[in-house]
Amino acid sequence: MHETSTLMHLLLGKLSLSAIPFDVPLIFWTGVVVSILTVALLGAITVAGQWGYLWREWFTSIDHKKIGVMYLVLAIIMLLRGFSDAVLMRLQQAMAFGHNMGFLPPEHYNQIFTAHGTIMIFFVAMPFVVGLMNYVVPMQIGARDVAFPFLNNFSFWMTAAGAMLIMVSLFIGNFSRAGWLAMAPLSEMSYSPSVGVDYYIWGLQIAGVGTLLSGINFVVTIVKMRAPGMTMMKMPVFTWTALCTNILIVAAFPILTATLGLLSLDRYLDMHFFTNSGGGEAMMYTNLIWIWGHPEVYILILPMFGVYSEVISTFSGKRLFGYSSMVYATAAITLLSYLVWLHHFFTMGSGANVNSFFAITTMIISIPTGVKIFNWLFTMYRGRIRFEVPMLWSLAFLFTFVIGGMSGVMLSVAPADFVLHNSLFLVAHFHNVIIGGVVFGAFAGINFWFPKAFGFQLDRFWGKVTFWCWLVGFWVAFAPLYVLGLMGVTRRLSHFTDPSLQIWFEIAGVGAAIILAGIVAFLVQIAVSIRKRDALADTTGDPWDGRTLEWSTSSPPPAYNFAFTPVVHDRDAWMDMKHRGFQRPAAGFKPIHMPKNTAVGFILALLSFICGFGLVWHIWWMAGLSFLSLVAVAIVHSFNYHRDYHVSADEVRRVELDFAQRLAQQEAA
Amino acid sequence: MSDTTATRAMEPSDTVFYATEEPHPENGTLLGFWIYLMSDCLIFAVLFSCYAVFGTSYAGGPTASEVLDLTGVAVNTAMLLLSSITYGFGMLEMAQGRRARTLLWLAVAGLFAVAFVGLELNEFAHMVAEGAGPWRSVFLSSFYALVGTHGLHVTFGIVWLATMMVQVGRHGLNADNQRRLTCLSMFWHFLDLVWVGVFSFVYLVGVLR
Repeated sequence: MHETSTLMHLLLGKLSLSAIPFDVPLIFWTGVVVSILTVALLGAITVAGQWGYLWREWFTSIDHKKIGVMYLVLAIIMLLRGFSDAVLMRLQQAMAFGHNMGFLPPEHYNQIFTAHGTIMIFFVAMPFVVGLMNYVVPMQIGARDVAFPFLNNFSFWMTAAGAMLIMVSLFIGNFSRAGWLAMAPLSEMSYSPSVGVDYYIWGLQIAGVGTLLSGINFVVTIVKMRAPGMTMMKMPVFTWTALCTNILIVAAFPILTATLGLLSLDRYLDMHFFTNSGGGEAMMYTNLIWIWGHPEVYILILPMFGVYSEVISTFSGKRLFGYSSMVYATAAITLLSYLVWLHHFFTMGSGANVNSFFAITTMIISIPTGVKIFNWLFTMYRGRIRFEVPMLWSLAFLFTFVIGGMSGVMLSVAPADFVLHNSLFLVAHFHNVIIGGVVFGAFAGINFWFPKAFGFQLDRFWGKVTFWCWLVGFWVAFAPLYVLGLMGVTRRLSHFTDPSLQIWFEIAGVGAAIILAGIVAFLVQIAVSIRKRDALADTTGDPWDGRTLEWSTSSPPPAYNFAFTPVVHDRDAWMDMKHRGFQRPAAGFKPIHMPKNTAVGFILALLSFICGFGLVWHIWWMAGLSFLSLVAVAIVHSFNYHRDYHVSADEVRRVELDFAQRLAQQEAA
Repeated sequence: MSDTTATRAMEPSDTVFYATEEPHPENGTLLGFWIYLMSDCLIFAVLFSCYAVFGTSYAGGPTASEVLDLTGVAVNTAMLLLSSITYGFGMLEMAQGRRARTLLWLAVAGLFAVAFVGLELNEFAHMVAEGAGPWRSVFLSSFYALVGTHGLHVTFGIVWLATMMVQVGRHGLNADNQRRLTCLSMFWHFLDLVWVGVFSFVYLVGVLR
């Protein structure tokens, strides 16, 4: 008996059948339903015989456009998961008053808010941002791909592997209960002995490798691969914000890696960095995690500022007002984002001088942000505004984000923060800026660039339904939280005693239901648009009268983006070309040098996933073996020196002349 | 705005809007590798700052001057510095296009690095045997985390070096391999620099304190 259990321990580590939550019906049945849906989806792909297509054209693709689309698909899938968590929380808080304990026990509720935060930031917002940058940046700078196309595919699969590991925690074992930043010492072994925090750590570490590598990739791409003539101050603003964001990624994510690494040393090797014993200091963790965490929120918002800049100038039919000030404001925010981390914990007790410093730096950030807001307003001033769906999102952003920013300035006042710290006011504030900034920006970007990616526009009616549901739903859901926060209600509570608060939580619940309608409307919008794709088709490649180079290609663009590298003379390069009577070249095509597809990124990420799973459950043979295979596969891959092929000149000519012909027909008709 | 558009429209129409030749973007690998090294530097920055905060939190356990052996680490440092300079000799040979000599110097550099890792493991084993393992106090946790992370980097560098030797042996000093050897060279010297920090900040300061 004893020997079998030792053997089982050796083989399975901490894993046993009891890790499957048979006794928690909600999770168990969610698991069953998700499994059935997954099997149904996989079955449908098999029946349709699409595996080969998916594998060859998407999974192994190193085309930045396809990788960008895969990031966005990942973000949308994870949005559904993260939003389900939000609905559960809103229901619980609307119900659990007095004798009614709601339907979620505290230990389950804690996992839900942790999973919600972790998923929404790392696996919804980040993939939205990275996906848009992937799709758009190389085309905006007139390049054929990113600097390291293979790494790009690898980065995507690492992000997906991290997301998978987090998803697995729902059905095998449990997830962290320590909040989305796993604050120590709660996340230490003595207070969180189960596997939840380990799922969190390895999920983020695996995805973090992907994020860091794509950060490096994009900095090099933007610095080295711009079209001739595109000096730094002629770059489109979205590319500028992408550059700053990727610099932030490179300078911030290693800190997250190191911090989570130290936490895992504590948990796995019994070290004492953030423990209560052995001389450890939990506030060291809080400091380190926010030194990453604050730049992280700018990593999310800066590219969306870029999206709004492109959208507002396009739909106002004007150049962006104050281009240089926009660039300098972005750069200033990039720098300042490193000097404010302590405002997340003024209550630490670091003293008035330290708190004042961080309060002032925080307030200063509102200056460059204000510059941006006025630039957008002046761009619209006397413009010929077209209220297309991306523009609606941008307008809603302007007004929502300004209010979110103001509540942020309120929080930056250190004495006020002692009252508001950890309250629902804070929760309302960061949802105000992240939904109003990042999510609205993602929808603006998706509606804006969708026709470029797929060759047809998204349906306007359902786009507007999505928009209004989100905008109204957001305010109905979060305005009550501002009120509750000012009344002193703290966050992360699964039960309340004061019945007078209940009405506010019920209103917030209604808001969540309206947002749910918005998410459904978005899925309907995609379905309807696919059905009506012929009517919505974009044959010109330039459906919005665009200004930057991505609109000079066909929709969808050929794999190589540009048959000839554009030469740039002005900021809005494509608008400039249109004004000056640019003629598409009809001859002189040359063979194009392109990188080959490869499965190595997928394999490496799969091995990382297995390694992470082994580490979570202390299945050492599995972790060790998959890590060694990981190194071996990477080494074998490095022996492959033939990674390129040529698209023949004939093929290029055929594609380009075909597009030219379609344009000519369009013109004639 | 309309004015400028109008004047632009009257400019000669032979303005060049596209390059007829295939673009040859500069190779970005070295820049990318530099950026990677700087990000790695931040990981070390976190470990150094932990050591700065926790370096005297002995929690009743052994102090730095009790467990750290300066003579041992002096030998160890010599190994790493020798490994760095011999790698440099290898790069000089690479520039001359002499494959055999390049390989020879790479092998020497690799052996010095192996000696470095061996001595470090030996030091760790001694310390653990004396009851100064990483779980004893946060001072020791931050010591092992910092020195160990550096050691892991060197180990990874050795695996990379061995791989490169096989690749140079097979495919010669072609452009790909030269680029890769240059990246490894940057990595190798970067680890040397980090070690200078470890040596002065952890060992010298620790023993003096």
